[in-house]
Amino acid sequence: MDWSLLQYGFMHKALLAGLLGGIACALTGVLVVTMRISAIGICVAHAAFAGALLGILLGAGPLGPAFLTSFLVAGILGPLTDKADVAPDTVVGILFSTMLGLAFLFLGLMTGPRTEALDLFWGSILTATWFDIKVLAAVTAALLLGLALFFKEIQAVLCHRAVALAVGVPATLVYYAMLFSVGAAVAASLRSIGGLLIYGLIINPAAAAYQLSYSLKRIFVLACLFAVGSSWGGLLLATVLDVPAGAMIVLLSTGIFVAATLLSPKSPRAASFLHRLQTAFSGRVSARDKARENTP
Amino acid sequence: MTPQGGPHPAPDSAPDGLAVRLDNVSAAYGRHVAMREVCLSMRRGEFLGVIGPNGAGKTTLLTVLNGLARIVGGRAEVLGRPLTPATVGDLRKRIGYVAQLQEIDPLLPITVRESVLTGCFGRVGPLRRVPAAARRRTDELLALVGLTELARRPLGHLSGGEKQRTAIARALLQEPEILLLDEPTAALDWQAQRGILALIQELHERFGLTTLIVTHDLNTLPAVCSRVAYMKAGRVTWSGSPREAVDGARLSALYNIPIHVVRHGGRDHIIG
Repeated sequence: MDWSLLQYGFMHKALLAGLLGGIACALTGVLVVTMRISAIGICVAHAAFAGALLGILLGAGPLGPAFLTSFLVAGILGPLTDKADVAPDTVVGILFSTMLGLAFLFLGLMTGPRTEALDLFWGSILTATWFDIKVLAAVTAALLLGLALFFKEIQAVLCHRAVALAVGVPATLVYYAMLFSVGAAVAASLRSIGGLLIYGLIINPAAAAYQLSYSLKRIFVLACLFAVGSSWGGLLLATVLDVPAGAMIVLLSTGIFVAATLLSPKSPRAASFLHRLQTAFSGRVSARDKARENTP
Repeated sequence: MTPQGGPHPAPDSAPDGLAVRLDNVSAAYGRHVAMREVCLSMRRGEFLGVIGPNGAGKTTLLTVLNGLARIVGGRAEVLGRPLTPATVGDLRKRIGYVAQLQEIDPLLPITVRESVLTGCFGRVGPLRRVPAAARRRTDELLALVGLTELARRPLGHLSGGEKQRTAIARALLQEPEILLLDEPTAALDWQAQRGILALIQELHERFGLTTLIVTHDLNTLPAVCSRVAYMKAGRVTWSGSPREAVDGARLSALYNIPIHVVRHGGRDHIIG
Protein backbone atom coordinates (compact mmCIF):
# COMPACT_ATOMS: atom_id res chain seq x y z
CA MET A 1 0.00 0.00 0.00
CA ASP A 2 1.12 3.52 -0.72
CA TRP A 3 1.20 5.12 2.79
CA SER A 4 2.26 8.46 1.27
CA LEU A 5 -1.48 9.05 0.67
CA LEU A 6 -1.81 9.79 4.37
CA GLN A 7 0.30 12.91 3.88
CA TYR A 8 -2.29 14.57 1.66
CA GLY A 9 -4.67 17.19 3.04
CA PHE A 10 -7.78 15.51 1.58
CA MET A 11 -6.88 12.32 3.44
CA HIS A 12 -6.49 14.20 6.73
CA LYS A 13 -9.93 15.69 6.23
CA ALA A 14 -11.37 12.29 5.31
CA LEU A 15 -9.91 10.72 8.47
CA LEU A 16 -11.27 13.59 10.58
CA ALA A 17 -14.70 13.24 8.96
CA GLY A 18 -14.55 9.50 9.69
CA LEU A 19 -13.65 10.13 13.31
CA LEU A 20 -16.33 12.76 13.96
CA GLY A 21 -19.03 11.19 11.78
CA GLY A 22 -18.29 7.80 13.32
CA ILE A 23 -18.71 9.12 16.86
CA ALA A 24 -21.89 11.06 16.03
CA CYS A 25 -23.47 8.09 14.24
CA ALA A 26 -22.43 5.62 16.96
CA LEU A 27 -23.83 7.73 19.80
CA THR A 28 -27.21 8.14 18.14
CA GLY A 29 -27.06 4.50 17.02
CA VAL A 30 -26.93 3.33 20.64
CA LEU A 31 -30.08 5.36 21.35
CA VAL A 32 -31.90 3.87 18.37
CA VAL A 33 -30.76 0.27 18.93
CA THR A 34 -31.42 0.22 22.68
CA MET A 35 -34.90 1.73 22.30
CA ARG A 36 -35.62 -0.52 19.30
CA ILE A 37 -36.75 2.39 17.16
CA SER A 38 -34.66 1.59 14.09
CA ALA A 39 -37.59 2.31 11.77
CA ILE A 40 -37.95 5.80 13.23
CA GLY A 41 -34.21 6.37 12.75
CA ILE A 42 -34.38 5.24 9.10
CA CYS A 43 -37.28 7.62 8.54
CA VAL A 44 -35.35 10.57 10.01
CA ALA A 45 -32.32 9.65 7.88
CA HIS A 46 -34.41 9.71 4.71
CA ALA A 47 -35.95 13.02 5.73
CA ALA A 48 -32.45 14.51 5.91
CA PHE A 49 -31.71 13.01 2.51
CA ALA A 50 -34.86 14.50 0.94
CA GLY A 51 -34.13 17.86 2.57
CA ALA A 52 -30.58 17.90 1.22
CA LEU A 53 -31.85 17.19 -2.30
CA LEU A 54 -34.41 19.98 -1.95
CA GLY A 55 -31.63 22.33 -0.87
CA ILE A 56 -29.59 21.46 -3.95
CA LEU A 57 -32.66 21.88 -6.17
CA LEU A 58 -33.34 25.35 -4.74
CA GLY A 59 -29.67 26.32 -4.81
CA ALA A 60 -29.56 26.70 -1.02
CA GLY A 61 -26.99 23.94 -0.47
CA PRO A 62 -27.75 20.56 1.11
CA LEU A 63 -26.82 21.10 4.77
CA GLY A 64 -29.38 23.62 6.09
CA PRO A 65 -32.46 21.97 4.50
CA ALA A 66 -31.18 18.53 5.61
CA PHE A 67 -31.14 19.71 9.23
CA LEU A 68 -34.52 21.37 8.85
CA THR A 69 -36.35 18.40 7.35
CA SER A 70 -34.80 15.85 9.72
CA PHE A 71 -35.78 18.01 12.72
CA LEU A 72 -39.24 18.51 11.24
CA VAL A 73 -39.80 14.78 10.75
CA ALA A 74 -38.37 13.97 14.20
CA GLY A 75 -40.75 16.57 15.64
CA ILE A 76 -43.71 15.01 13.83
CA LEU A 77 -42.76 11.38 14.53
CA GLY A 78 -42.32 11.80 18.29
CA PRO A 79 -45.82 13.03 19.16
CA LEU A 80 -47.56 10.97 16.44
CA THR A 81 -46.02 7.64 17.47
CA ASP A 82 -46.95 8.43 21.09
CA LYS A 83 -50.63 8.87 20.22
CA ALA A 84 -52.68 5.96 21.45
CA ASP A 85 -55.07 5.99 18.49
CA VAL A 86 -52.43 5.89 15.73
CA ALA A 87 -50.34 2.76 15.10
CA PRO A 88 -46.67 3.88 15.32
CA ASP A 89 -45.60 1.51 12.52
CA THR A 90 -48.19 3.01 10.20
CA VAL A 91 -47.05 6.58 10.89
CA VAL A 92 -43.39 5.64 10.35
CA GLY A 93 -44.24 3.73 7.15
CA ILE A 94 -46.20 6.62 5.69
CA LEU A 95 -43.56 9.23 6.54
CA PHE A 96 -40.74 6.98 5.31
CA SER A 97 -42.37 6.41 1.92
CA THR A 98 -43.25 10.11 1.69
CA MET A 99 -39.64 11.12 2.29
CA LEU A 100 -38.38 8.62 -0.26
CA GLY A 101 -40.97 9.85 -2.77
CA LEU A 102 -39.95 13.47 -2.16
CA ALA A 103 -36.25 12.59 -2.53
CA PHE A 104 -36.84 11.02 -5.95
CA LEU A 105 -39.15 13.87 -6.96
CA PHE A 106 -36.48 16.48 -6.16
CA LEU A 107 -33.90 14.39 -7.98
CA GLY A 108 -36.16 14.11 -11.01
CA LEU A 109 -36.78 17.86 -11.07
CA MET A 110 -33.05 18.64 -11.25
CA THR A 111 -31.48 19.58 -14.53
CA GLY A 112 -27.85 19.14 -15.56
CA PRO A 113 -25.34 16.52 -14.40
CA ARG A 114 -26.76 16.11 -10.83
CA THR A 115 -23.27 15.22 -9.52
CA GLU A 116 -23.74 16.88 -6.13
CA ALA A 117 -27.12 15.18 -5.68
CA LEU A 118 -25.83 11.75 -6.66
CA ASP A 119 -22.87 12.20 -4.30
CA LEU A 120 -25.41 12.37 -1.47
CA PHE A 121 -26.51 8.81 -2.25
CA TRP A 122 -23.17 7.16 -1.49
CA GLY A 123 -21.26 10.03 0.06
CA SER A 124 -17.84 11.37 -0.74
CA ILE A 125 -15.71 11.28 2.38
CA LEU A 126 -12.57 11.92 0.32
CA THR A 127 -13.94 15.28 -0.78
CA ALA A 128 -15.02 16.41 2.72
CA THR A 129 -14.42 20.14 3.19
CA TRP A 130 -13.30 21.99 6.31
CA PHE A 131 -16.82 23.36 6.57
CA ASP A 132 -18.23 19.77 6.62
CA ILE A 133 -15.75 18.91 9.35
CA LYS A 134 -16.63 21.96 11.44
CA VAL A 135 -20.34 21.06 11.23
CA LEU A 136 -19.56 17.44 12.17
CA ALA A 137 -17.38 18.63 15.05
CA ALA A 138 -20.12 20.92 16.37
CA VAL A 139 -22.77 18.18 16.21
CA THR A 140 -20.46 15.57 17.77
CA ALA A 141 -19.46 17.94 20.57
CA ALA A 142 -23.13 18.76 21.27
CA LEU A 143 -24.01 15.06 21.37
CA LEU A 144 -21.13 14.23 23.73
CA LEU A 145 -22.01 17.16 25.98
CA GLY A 146 -25.69 16.18 26.08
CA LEU A 147 -24.76 12.60 26.88
CA ALA A 148 -22.42 13.63 29.69
CA LEU A 149 -24.87 16.09 31.24
CA PHE A 150 -28.01 13.96 31.00
CA PHE A 151 -26.62 10.42 31.15
CA LYS A 152 -28.84 9.29 34.02
CA GLU A 153 -32.01 10.56 32.31
CA ILE A 154 -30.93 9.04 28.98
CA GLN A 155 -30.26 5.66 30.60
CA ALA A 156 -33.63 5.74 32.38
CA VAL A 157 -35.51 6.55 29.16
CA LEU A 158 -33.52 4.12 27.01
CA CYS A 159 -34.05 1.17 29.32
CA HIS A 160 -37.58 1.79 30.59
CA ARG A 161 -39.24 4.92 29.30
CA ALA A 162 -42.55 4.32 31.08
CA VAL A 163 -40.75 3.90 34.40
CA ALA A 164 -38.73 7.06 33.80
CA LEU A 165 -41.94 8.98 33.16
CA ALA A 166 -43.60 7.55 36.27
CA VAL A 167 -40.73 8.57 38.59
CA GLY A 168 -40.81 12.16 37.36
CA VAL A 169 -38.07 12.19 34.70
CA PRO A 170 -39.12 14.41 31.74
CA ALA A 171 -39.08 11.26 29.64
CA THR A 172 -41.03 12.60 26.68
CA LEU A 173 -38.71 15.58 26.35
CA VAL A 174 -35.64 13.33 26.56
CA TYR A 175 -37.14 10.98 23.95
CA TYR A 176 -37.86 13.81 21.51
CA ALA A 177 -34.35 15.18 22.08
CA MET A 178 -33.01 11.76 21.13
CA LEU A 179 -34.98 11.82 17.87
CA PHE A 180 -33.62 15.30 17.10
CA SER A 181 -30.10 14.10 17.82
CA VAL A 182 -30.54 11.32 15.25
CA GLY A 183 -31.65 13.95 12.75
CA ALA A 184 -28.65 16.15 13.54
CA ALA A 185 -26.15 13.28 13.26
CA VAL A 186 -27.60 12.16 9.93
CA ALA A 187 -27.76 15.67 8.46
CA ALA A 188 -24.17 16.43 9.48
CA SER A 189 -22.77 13.12 8.14
CA LEU A 190 -24.83 12.98 4.95
CA ARG A 191 -22.26 14.49 2.59
CA SER A 192 -19.39 12.38 3.88
CA ILE A 193 -21.07 8.99 4.35
CA GLY A 194 -24.02 9.21 1.95
CA GLY A 195 -27.79 9.00 2.32
CA LEU A 196 -28.07 5.33 1.47
CA LEU A 197 -25.15 4.21 3.61
CA ILE A 198 -25.41 6.44 6.67
CA TYR A 199 -27.86 4.16 8.36
CA GLY A 200 -25.39 1.27 8.29
CA LEU A 201 -22.96 3.38 10.28
CA ILE A 202 -25.67 4.30 12.77
CA ILE A 203 -27.06 0.81 13.35
CA ASN A 204 -24.18 -1.64 12.82
CA PRO A 205 -21.57 -0.38 15.32
CA ALA A 206 -24.23 0.20 17.99
CA ALA A 207 -25.79 -3.21 17.38
CA ALA A 208 -22.33 -4.84 17.60
CA ALA A 209 -21.55 -3.04 20.88
CA TYR A 210 -24.99 -3.99 22.23
CA GLN A 211 -24.01 -7.65 21.83
CA LEU A 212 -20.90 -7.27 23.93
CA SER A 213 -21.83 -5.56 27.20
CA TYR A 214 -24.53 -4.97 29.80
CA SER A 215 -23.00 -1.62 30.70
CA LEU A 216 -24.53 1.29 28.80
CA LYS A 217 -21.39 3.40 29.20
CA ARG A 218 -19.26 0.59 27.77
CA ILE A 219 -21.73 0.17 24.88
CA PHE A 220 -21.37 3.87 23.99
CA VAL A 221 -17.57 3.61 24.05
CA LEU A 222 -17.48 0.33 22.06
CA ALA A 223 -19.93 1.67 19.47
CA CYS A 224 -17.73 4.74 18.94
CA LEU A 225 -14.62 2.57 18.58
CA PHE A 226 -16.37 0.27 16.08
CA ALA A 227 -17.74 3.19 14.06
CA VAL A 228 -14.44 5.06 13.90
CA GLY A 229 -12.63 1.76 13.18
CA SER A 230 -15.10 1.05 10.35
CA SER A 231 -14.68 4.57 8.96
CA TRP A 232 -10.90 4.53 8.99
CA GLY A 233 -10.61 0.87 7.98
CA GLY A 234 -13.14 1.35 5.19
CA LEU A 235 -11.34 4.42 3.98
CA LEU A 236 -8.00 2.61 3.82
CA LEU A 237 -9.51 -0.46 2.16
CA ALA A 238 -11.24 1.76 -0.40
CA THR A 239 -7.95 3.48 -1.17
CA VAL A 240 -6.12 0.16 -1.56
CA LEU A 241 -8.84 -1.57 -3.58
CA ASP A 242 -9.94 1.55 -5.46
CA VAL A 243 -13.61 1.08 -4.59
CA PRO A 244 -16.19 3.54 -3.09
CA ALA A 245 -15.24 4.46 0.48
CA GLY A 246 -18.81 4.70 1.81
CA ALA A 247 -19.55 1.13 0.73
CA MET A 248 -16.39 -0.22 2.38
CA ILE A 249 -17.15 1.65 5.62
CA VAL A 250 -20.61 0.13 5.90
CA LEU A 251 -19.48 -3.37 4.85
CA LEU A 252 -16.71 -3.29 7.44
CA SER A 253 -19.18 -2.24 10.14
CA THR A 254 -21.41 -5.15 9.09
CA GLY A 255 -18.43 -7.50 9.48
CA ILE A 256 -17.82 -6.16 12.99
CA PHE A 257 -21.48 -6.74 13.85
CA VAL A 258 -21.32 -10.36 12.61
CA ALA A 259 -18.14 -11.01 14.60
CA ALA A 260 -19.61 -9.40 17.73
CA THR A 261 -22.76 -11.49 17.44
CA LEU A 262 -20.79 -14.72 17.02
CA LEU A 263 -18.57 -13.91 20.00
CA SER A 264 -21.23 -12.23 22.15
CA PRO A 265 -20.91 -13.11 25.84
CA LYS A 266 -24.67 -12.41 26.00
CA SER A 267 -25.32 -15.42 23.75
CA PRO A 268 -25.28 -18.65 25.82
CA ARG A 269 -23.64 -20.62 22.98
CA ALA A 270 -20.92 -18.04 22.37
CA ALA A 271 -20.37 -17.59 26.11
CA SER A 272 -19.87 -21.34 26.49
CA PHE A 273 -17.41 -21.39 23.55
CA LEU A 274 -15.47 -18.45 25.00
CA HIS A 275 -15.38 -20.13 28.40
CA ARG A 276 -13.94 -23.33 26.86
CA LEU A 277 -11.40 -21.30 24.89
CA GLN A 278 -10.34 -19.38 27.99
CA THR A 279 -9.99 -22.57 29.99
CA ALA A 280 -7.97 -24.26 27.23
CA PHE A 281 -5.51 -21.36 27.01
CA SER A 282 -5.21 -20.73 30.75
CA GLY A 283 -4.66 -24.43 31.50
CA ARG A 284 -6.92 -24.12 34.53
CA VAL A 285 -10.04 -26.13 35.19
CA SER A 286 -12.97 -24.12 36.47
CA ALA A 287 -15.20 -25.16 39.35
CA ARG A 288 -18.02 -25.62 36.85
CA ASP A 289 -15.98 -28.05 34.75
CA LYS A 290 -14.80 -29.89 37.86
CA ALA A 291 -18.39 -30.32 38.96
CA ARG A 292 -19.27 -31.58 35.49
CA GLU A 293 -16.38 -34.06 35.52
CA ASN A 294 -17.40 -35.35 38.95
CA THR A 295 -20.97 -35.88 37.84
CA PRO A 296 -21.45 -39.61 37.17
CA MET B 1 -33.12 10.84 52.57
CA THR B 2 -35.49 9.44 55.15
CA PRO B 3 -33.88 7.24 57.79
CA GLN B 4 -34.43 3.53 57.23
CA GLY B 5 -37.84 2.42 58.37
CA GLY B 6 -39.06 5.95 59.06
CA PRO B 7 -42.24 7.38 57.62
CA HIS B 8 -42.03 9.31 54.38
CA PRO B 9 -42.56 13.07 54.57
CA ALA B 10 -45.96 14.63 53.94
CA PRO B 11 -45.14 18.30 53.38
CA ASP B 12 -48.46 19.56 52.11
CA SER B 13 -51.09 16.98 52.83
CA ALA B 14 -54.72 17.85 52.38
CA PRO B 15 -56.22 19.55 55.43
CA ASP B 16 -59.07 17.04 55.44
CA GLY B 17 -56.56 14.16 55.68
CA LEU B 18 -57.40 12.90 52.22
CA ALA B 19 -54.55 11.68 50.01
CA VAL B 20 -56.80 11.22 46.96
CA ARG B 21 -60.11 12.79 46.00
CA LEU B 22 -61.78 12.09 42.65
CA ASP B 23 -65.02 13.91 41.84
CA ASN B 24 -66.78 12.54 38.76
CA VAL B 25 -63.48 11.96 36.99
CA SER B 26 -63.50 10.54 33.46
CA ALA B 27 -60.34 9.56 31.56
CA ALA B 28 -59.67 8.53 27.97
CA TYR B 29 -57.02 6.98 25.73
CA GLY B 30 -57.41 8.68 22.38
CA ARG B 31 -61.13 8.53 21.65
CA HIS B 32 -61.77 5.61 24.00
CA VAL B 33 -63.18 6.65 27.38
CA ALA B 34 -61.77 4.07 29.81
CA MET B 35 -63.00 5.55 33.10
CA ARG B 36 -66.33 7.30 33.62
CA GLU B 37 -67.45 9.69 36.35
CA VAL B 38 -65.51 8.01 39.12
CA CYS B 39 -65.96 9.36 42.64
CA LEU B 40 -63.39 8.00 45.06
CA SER B 41 -61.44 9.25 48.02
CA MET B 42 -58.60 7.75 50.06
CA ARG B 43 -57.53 8.77 53.53
CA ARG B 44 -53.83 9.05 54.33
CA GLY B 45 -52.47 5.67 55.39
CA GLU B 46 -55.36 3.78 53.83
CA PHE B 47 -54.79 0.52 51.92
CA LEU B 48 -57.37 0.30 49.15
CA GLY B 49 -57.76 -2.77 46.96
CA VAL B 50 -59.51 -2.43 43.61
CA ILE B 51 -60.93 -5.47 41.87
CA GLY B 52 -62.97 -5.98 38.75
CA PRO B 53 -63.03 -7.77 35.41
CA ASN B 54 -60.61 -7.02 32.57
CA GLY B 55 -61.34 -3.68 30.90
CA ALA B 56 -63.04 -2.31 34.03
CA GLY B 57 -60.76 0.75 34.10
CA LYS B 58 -58.60 -0.33 37.05
CA THR B 59 -55.25 0.47 35.40
CA THR B 60 -56.70 3.74 34.11
CA LEU B 61 -57.59 4.68 37.68
CA LEU B 62 -53.93 4.22 38.67
CA THR B 63 -52.64 6.16 35.67
CA VAL B 64 -55.07 9.00 36.43
CA LEU B 65 -53.63 9.28 39.93
CA ASN B 66 -50.02 9.60 38.75
CA GLY B 67 -50.93 11.85 35.86
CA LEU B 68 -50.20 9.46 33.01
CA ALA B 69 -53.80 9.31 31.75
CA ARG B 70 -55.74 12.10 30.07
CA ILE B 71 -58.54 13.39 32.29
CA VAL B 72 -61.50 14.44 30.15
CA GLY B 73 -63.98 15.32 32.89
CA GLY B 74 -64.37 15.94 36.62
CA ARG B 75 -61.85 17.08 39.20
CA ALA B 76 -58.95 15.11 40.64
CA GLU B 77 -57.00 16.11 43.74
CA VAL B 78 -53.90 14.25 44.89
CA LEU B 79 -52.02 15.05 48.12
CA GLY B 80 -54.07 18.19 48.51
CA ARG B 81 -53.28 19.59 45.06
CA PRO B 82 -55.46 19.58 41.95
CA LEU B 83 -54.11 17.23 39.30
CA THR B 84 -53.34 19.49 36.33
CA PRO B 85 -50.61 19.55 33.66
CA ALA B 86 -48.86 22.21 35.79
CA THR B 87 -48.79 20.11 39.00
CA VAL B 88 -48.45 16.62 37.60
CA GLY B 89 -44.65 16.73 37.28
CA ASP B 90 -44.18 17.51 40.99
CA LEU B 91 -46.89 15.15 42.16
CA ARG B 92 -45.50 12.25 40.15
CA LYS B 93 -42.25 12.45 42.11
CA ARG B 94 -44.25 11.80 45.30
CA ILE B 95 -46.16 8.81 43.92
CA GLY B 96 -44.55 5.39 43.54
CA TYR B 97 -45.96 3.38 40.65
CA VAL B 98 -45.42 -0.33 40.17
CA ALA B 99 -46.70 -1.18 36.70
CA GLN B 100 -47.87 -4.57 35.47
CA LEU B 101 -45.14 -7.11 34.87
CA GLN B 102 -43.71 -6.67 31.38
CA GLU B 103 -41.31 -8.56 29.17
CA ILE B 104 -37.84 -7.04 29.33
CA ASP B 105 -35.17 -7.57 26.67
CA PRO B 106 -32.61 -9.93 28.27
CA LEU B 107 -29.83 -7.93 26.57
CA LEU B 108 -30.99 -4.59 28.02
CA PRO B 109 -27.94 -2.75 29.41
CA ILE B 110 -29.19 -2.00 32.91
CA THR B 111 -28.54 -3.86 36.14
CA VAL B 112 -31.02 -4.38 38.95
CA ARG B 113 -29.23 -1.78 41.10
CA GLU B 114 -29.19 0.78 38.26
CA SER B 115 -32.89 0.17 37.65
CA VAL B 116 -33.75 0.73 41.33
CA LEU B 117 -31.59 3.86 41.35
CA THR B 118 -33.81 5.27 38.58
CA GLY B 119 -36.45 5.77 41.28
CA CYS B 120 -34.67 8.85 42.64
CA PHE B 121 -33.91 10.52 39.30
CA GLY B 122 -37.12 12.57 39.31
CA ARG B 123 -36.46 13.95 42.79
CA VAL B 124 -32.75 14.54 42.11
CA GLY B 125 -33.53 16.39 38.88
CA PRO B 126 -31.45 16.93 35.74
CA LEU B 127 -27.85 18.21 35.79
CA ARG B 128 -27.34 16.82 39.32
CA ARG B 129 -25.40 13.77 40.40
CA VAL B 130 -27.20 11.05 42.32
CA PRO B 131 -26.30 11.71 45.98
CA ALA B 132 -24.38 9.11 47.97
CA ALA B 133 -27.34 8.86 50.37
CA ALA B 134 -29.57 7.66 47.52
CA ARG B 135 -27.00 5.00 46.59
CA ARG B 136 -26.86 3.79 50.20
CA ARG B 137 -30.66 3.80 50.36
CA THR B 138 -30.77 1.74 47.14
CA ASP B 139 -28.65 -0.94 48.79
CA GLU B 140 -30.86 -0.87 51.90
CA LEU B 141 -34.00 -1.26 49.78
CA LEU B 142 -32.46 -4.06 47.75
CA ALA B 143 -31.79 -5.85 51.04
CA LEU B 144 -35.35 -5.10 52.19
CA VAL B 145 -36.89 -6.73 49.12
CA GLY B 146 -34.38 -9.60 49.18
CA LEU B 147 -32.41 -8.73 46.04
CA THR B 148 -28.95 -7.89 47.40
CA GLU B 149 -27.43 -10.97 45.75
CA LEU B 150 -28.89 -9.99 42.38
CA ALA B 151 -27.97 -6.29 42.48
CA ARG B 152 -25.41 -6.54 39.67
CA ARG B 153 -27.48 -8.87 37.49
CA PRO B 154 -28.98 -7.51 34.24
CA LEU B 155 -32.64 -6.57 34.80
CA GLY B 156 -33.80 -8.71 31.88
CA HIS B 157 -32.37 -11.86 33.52
CA LEU B 158 -34.69 -11.76 36.53
CA SER B 159 -37.73 -13.93 37.12
CA GLY B 160 -41.18 -12.34 37.26
CA GLY B 161 -41.23 -12.13 41.05
CA GLU B 162 -37.74 -10.65 41.16
CA LYS B 163 -38.71 -8.03 38.56
CA GLN B 164 -41.70 -7.02 40.70
CA ARG B 165 -39.46 -6.77 43.78
CA THR B 166 -37.14 -4.54 41.76
CA ALA B 167 -40.08 -2.34 40.74
CA ILE B 168 -41.24 -2.09 44.36
CA ALA B 169 -37.73 -1.14 45.56
CA ARG B 170 -37.55 1.47 42.78
CA ALA B 171 -40.91 2.94 43.78
CA LEU B 172 -39.82 3.08 47.44
CA LEU B 173 -36.60 4.90 46.57
CA GLN B 174 -38.84 7.74 45.41
CA GLU B 175 -39.86 8.11 49.08
CA PRO B 176 -43.47 8.11 47.91
CA GLU B 177 -46.42 9.21 49.95
CA ILE B 178 -48.74 7.17 47.74
CA LEU B 179 -47.88 3.73 46.37
CA LEU B 180 -49.81 2.49 43.33
CA LEU B 181 -49.53 -1.17 42.37
CA ASP B 182 -50.99 -2.57 39.16
CA GLU B 183 -51.55 -6.31 39.48
CA PRO B 184 -48.18 -6.86 41.16
CA THR B 185 -48.84 -10.60 41.52
CA ALA B 186 -50.11 -11.29 37.99
CA ALA B 187 -48.21 -13.99 36.06
CA LEU B 188 -46.36 -15.08 39.21
CA ASP B 189 -46.37 -18.52 40.77
CA TRP B 190 -48.24 -19.12 44.02
CA GLN B 191 -45.22 -18.73 46.28
CA ALA B 192 -44.09 -15.51 44.58
CA GLN B 193 -47.64 -14.09 44.84
CA ARG B 194 -47.75 -14.65 48.57
CA GLY B 195 -44.24 -13.27 49.01
CA ILE B 196 -44.97 -10.07 47.08
CA LEU B 197 -48.25 -9.38 48.87
CA ALA B 198 -46.66 -9.95 52.29
CA LEU B 199 -43.86 -7.58 51.30
CA ILE B 200 -46.33 -4.90 50.13
CA GLN B 201 -48.29 -5.13 53.38
CA GLU B 202 -45.11 -4.87 55.44
CA LEU B 203 -43.88 -1.84 53.47
CA HIS B 204 -47.28 -0.14 53.67
CA GLU B 205 -47.21 -0.31 57.46
CA ARG B 206 -43.51 0.39 57.88
CA PHE B 207 -43.46 3.54 55.73
CA GLY B 208 -46.95 4.79 56.59
CA LEU B 209 -47.90 4.77 52.90
CA THR B 210 -51.25 5.37 51.27
CA THR B 211 -51.50 2.31 49.06
CA LEU B 212 -53.78 1.46 46.16
CA ILE B 213 -53.51 -2.02 44.71
CA VAL B 214 -55.26 -3.39 41.66
CA THR B 215 -55.32 -7.16 41.65
CA HIS B 216 -57.10 -10.32 40.60
CA ASP B 217 -55.96 -12.19 43.69
CA LEU B 218 -59.36 -12.13 45.40
CA ASN B 219 -58.38 -14.64 48.06
CA THR B 220 -55.53 -12.58 49.49
CA LEU B 221 -56.87 -9.09 48.93
CA PRO B 222 -59.15 -8.81 51.99
CA ALA B 223 -56.28 -9.84 54.26
CA VAL B 224 -54.03 -6.96 53.21
CA CYS B 225 -56.51 -4.14 52.49
CA SER B 226 -58.38 -1.79 54.79
CA ARG B 227 -61.03 -1.15 52.09
CA VAL B 228 -62.01 -2.75 48.81
CA ALA B 229 -63.61 -1.10 45.76
CA TYR B 230 -65.25 -2.84 42.80
CA MET B 231 -64.85 -1.46 39.28
CA LYS B 232 -66.85 -2.40 36.24
CA ALA B 233 -67.21 -0.80 32.79
CA GLY B 234 -65.11 2.20 33.79
CA ARG B 235 -67.06 2.98 36.98
CA VAL B 236 -66.60 2.33 40.70
CA THR B 237 -69.70 0.29 41.44
CA TRP B 238 -69.18 -0.46 45.14
CA SER B 239 -66.76 0.08 47.99
CA GLY B 240 -66.74 -1.21 51.52
CA SER B 241 -64.91 -3.23 54.10
CA PRO B 242 -62.88 -6.27 53.07
CA ARG B 243 -65.29 -8.51 54.99
CA GLU B 244 -68.28 -7.16 53.03
CA ALA B 245 -66.31 -7.43 49.77
CA VAL B 246 -66.06 -11.20 50.11
CA ASP B 247 -69.67 -11.82 49.24
CA GLY B 248 -70.66 -14.43 46.69
CA ALA B 249 -73.70 -12.60 45.30
CA ARG B 250 -71.84 -9.29 45.03
CA LEU B 251 -68.80 -10.86 43.35
CA SER B 252 -71.02 -12.86 40.99
CA ALA B 253 -72.69 -9.63 39.86
CA LEU B 254 -69.28 -7.98 39.40
CA TYR B 255 -67.77 -10.73 37.27
CA ASN B 256 -71.00 -11.99 35.64
CA ILE B 257 -70.21 -15.58 36.65
CA PRO B 258 -71.32 -17.65 39.65
CA ILE B 259 -68.83 -17.13 42.49
CA HIS B 260 -69.01 -18.94 45.82
CA VAL B 261 -67.39 -18.06 49.11
CA VAL B 262 -66.40 -21.01 51.26
CA ARG B 263 -65.18 -20.64 54.84
CA HIS B 264 -62.37 -23.04 55.64
CA GLY B 265 -59.68 -22.96 58.32
CA GLY B 266 -60.97 -19.66 59.70
CA ARG B 267 -60.65 -17.91 56.31
CA ASP B 268 -62.96 -17.14 53.43
CA HIS B 269 -62.01 -18.76 50.13
CA ILE B 270 -63.43 -17.57 46.83
CA ILE B 271 -64.24 -20.22 44.23
CA GLY B 272 -65.20 -19.22 40.71
